[in-house]
Amino acid sequence: MKEIDDLNLPDNVKYSKDHEWAKQEGAIVSIGINDYAQDQLGEIVFVELPEVGDTFEEGDEFGSVESVKAVSEIYLPIGGEIVEINDALEDAPELVNDSCYDKGWLVKVKPEDDSQIGDLMNKAAYLAMLKG
Amino acid sequence: MSQQPGTSGLIFNEPQLWDKSRKGRCAMSLPKLDVERVELDKTLTGDPPDLPQLFELDVVRHYTRLSQWNFGVDSGMYPLGSCTMKYNPKTNEVQAARQGFASAHPLSGDEFSQGALELMFNLEQYLAQITGFDAVTLQPAAGAHGELAGMLMIHAYHAKNGKQRSKILIPDTAHGTNPASATLCGYESINIKSGPDGILEPGTIAAVMDEDTAGIMVTNPNTVGFFESNIKKIAEIVHSKGGLVYGDGANMNAIMGIVKPGEIGIDVLHLNLHKTFSTPHGGGGPGSGPVAVVKALEPFLPIPRIKKELDTYKFITDCQDTIGRIHTYYGHFGIMVRAYSYILSMGAKGLEDASKLAVLNANYVKESLKGTLNLPYDKPCMHECVFNDKFQNKYHITTMDMAKRLLDYGFHPPTVYFPLVVDGAFMVEPTETESKEYIDQFIHAVKAIAKEAKTNPEKLKKAPHLTKVTRLDEVSAARKPCLCG
Repeated sequence: MKEIDDLNLPDNVKYSKDHEWAKQEGAIVSIGINDYAQDQLGEIVFVELPEVGDTFEEGDEFGSVESVKAVSEIYLPIGGEIVEINDALEDAPELVNDSCYDKGWLVKVKPEDDSQIGDLMNKAAYLAMLKG
Repeated sequence: MSQQPGTSGLIFNEPQLWDKSRKGRCAMSLPKLDVERVELDKTLTGDPPDLPQLFELDVVRHYTRLSQWNFGVDSGMYPLGSCTMKYNPKTNEVQAARQGFASAHPLSGDEFSQGALELMFNLEQYLAQITGFDAVTLQPAAGAHGELAGMLMIHAYHAKNGKQRSKILIPDTAHGTNPASATLCGYESINIKSGPDGILEPGTIAAVMDEDTAGIMVTNPNTVGFFESNIKKIAEIVHSKGGLVYGDGANMNAIMGIVKPGEIGIDVLHLNLHKTFSTPHGGGGPGSGPVAVVKALEPFLPIPRIKKELDTYKFITDCQDTIGRIHTYYGHFGIMVRAYSYILSMGAKGLEDASKLAVLNANYVKESLKGTLNLPYDKPCMHECVFNDKFQNKYHITTMDMAKRLLDYGFHPPTVYFPLVVDGAFMVEPTETESKEYIDQFIHAVKAIAKEAKTNPEKLKKAPHLTKVTRLDEVSAARKPCLCG
């Protein structure tokens, strides 16, 4: 497993305490799990995602990722409606390991409240949380 | 017994039956057709089943060779925590094979099944006595099925009282199947965190228990191997709000003959005959998960129930509040015979001694390996002890690597990565049926592996080396499963 200092934590996304990332792209927010989460989980073999059109509150469980070790719930860092899911993960769940911020994104959300993303952590705050 | 049991040897390869199939090959010869051939209507028959075509020796060699790849408690120590892989005495098999039991048929009727009914009735009585409850059903097919039956009874109890509840409390040290059983009954599981010493604290329960909560599901001893010593207080809190206490008795092997769960506030408890009562576990099953209840829950027991009138036994089904049938006929009767045989051959004192020795053996393993493996909770344990891979992580060796390497030493690996409350868990349950010599061999093997983690970590990462197949690619198997014949 990676040391904290070796983690890939880009500056252009926001981080949740449950190790998801969120990235504003116009009116839509892309969501995924971050490098720390994919590294801790190990090789991911299945991703369960919600349906397009489902709505969730901030902090709701919206799916799960299954690795060789365990099944882990994933929580939506902002509330809103699911407008797109990453269909590619059905046949290639390894994208979450190989490219967690790009090809391995999970869902795209239309936020119910544009201010919620502002409450998430930036890289420095998230790193501080990991280091405890 | 200084030599380790694991060694290399000639092991036969064996293809899949489909690869051995040859068109027209058959295990029997039928007499020549001496009447006119009549084709049946195709819409009635459909296509013939697609089966491999083999002769007798093909089939015999196939399964004999597969059986030689197998590992069971008859071939070596199987310290699988939370599973109680104790030895299954051969006398159990002798009794179950007796013609009267082996040939019994569930449709023979009560009149011709008196011996079988008497055995089931007596087994219910023994289990009630061992657990301190008022009544028992033998029907559930395994532990999780017993949980479901028990939770259905709790659900029926609340319905009968006029107000259904919506939640159930489940500690993080309970068995993983508990939330599933509760969910099937329509309850929402509320996860309860155990305290810093690995057991539940009454205050945590008091803070969340309310009159919309149906009860709590407690595994005692819990999955970290500790006795929930606050159980009486916890039961009082749950009862004071009108809830019920479900006891997961899968770990009964630590307390059988010593603690009666029915006397410490538990209302319903399942047992695993295939753990505690020495019937076959796993592929050799089937399982059996009897459920014991207090008087207040007796009306809800599944039907049929067995009743004794004078000296005859009969099934009764006219129980108004029953949760209904949960199994075809009367459960796994052949397994009940084996458990009955175990109880009678051990006797009350013998059952108590089994639990004491199970606890002693686990504590012996814990003390012997403390320092070799990290022990997250350093206090006396019950029938199993939980280590993790913290000491080995600095060599980039994980619990999985050590578990795989144990195969080379001739041992079945312990339970790994469970319970979830311990990161990288390595949970050992030696059971009472292993001698000190066998346990010492296991301890020696784990110590040798911990040494290899420092001196030759690459060897561990690629382990096992001596087995029929070496490290499997679990990731590809899960991502791209091949499920065809």
